[in-house]
Amino acid sequence: MKLRDIQKLLQAEVICGEDRLDTEIDSAGASDLMSDVLAFGKPGLLLITGLSNAQSVRTADIIEARAIVYVRGKKPDKEGAELARKKGIPILSTRFMMYRTCGLLYSHGLPGIIETEEKKQR
Amino acid sequence: MSEKNGLFQKFEIAGGDFSRAGSVSTKIKEILKEIGIEPSVVRRAAIVAYEAEMNVVMYARKGEFSLYLTPHFIRMNIKDEGSGIPDIDLAMQEGYSTATDEMREMGFGAGMGLPNIKKNADKFEISSEVGKGTALDVIIRLNQAGKE
Repeated sequence: MKLRDIQKLLQAEVICGEDRLDTEIDSAGASDLMSDVLAFGKPGLLLITGLSNAQSVRTADIIEARAIVYVRGKKPDKEGAELARKKGIPILSTRFMMYRTCGLLYSHGLPGIIETEEKKQR
Repeated sequence: MSEKNGLFQKFEIAGGDFSRAGSVSTKIKEILKEIGIEPSVVRRAAIVAYEAEMNVVMYARKGEFSLYLTPHFIRMNIKDEGSGIPDIDLAMQEGYSTATDEMREMGFGAGMGLPNIKKNADKFEISSEVGKGTALDVIIRLNQAGKE
């Protein structure tokens, strides 16, 4: 699924990374706990979170997430937005809540991290 | 264990400075990436660095992060001056946390930090003195020769 499809599906605003909407996304994970993301995140993942401070962008950078979706209409703070631009990490902001965001993406075929791993092992 | 023929850099971490928290780890990741270390190893080192840096920011007055890079391993020493850990075994348990609301609002303090560091390390040592501070010594091997 392309990031552009995700943006349309979530009716999301593009905060940064307009030029990267053709990026292919093949797995997603959702959490507000950055330590959980650090523990279970895989490179290339779409990070769905309600935590919109700079730490979410740093975490995305550390685990090499491909893009971030902020839920409940959240926007990054100034530092987070600057870091995302510098690191080339696109950020989308959707007004949908976490549950709906995940449900929409999942039902349109975007799997979670563990399922992507299972598929590779098969 | 020899640390000659390598790279050594020292970084200062300011305790309580949540706005800059993570900047040392971002820098370390950039250094390792530029040198051409294998991406999966860079990632593990970056996770260790980030969790360790966050611990200093959250629980200490200040800390010192030393990065050593040799042809065989990455070594990270993180020493802080802070409250220290009264019960290390308890702190190593996933989910155990003494975090404040402010820390949790940053997305941390879920009791995953030290277990995450240990999980990504090939060698992990921790020592702590209550009222003085905590020291971590982490080694990530770059190849079989990095074994002691």
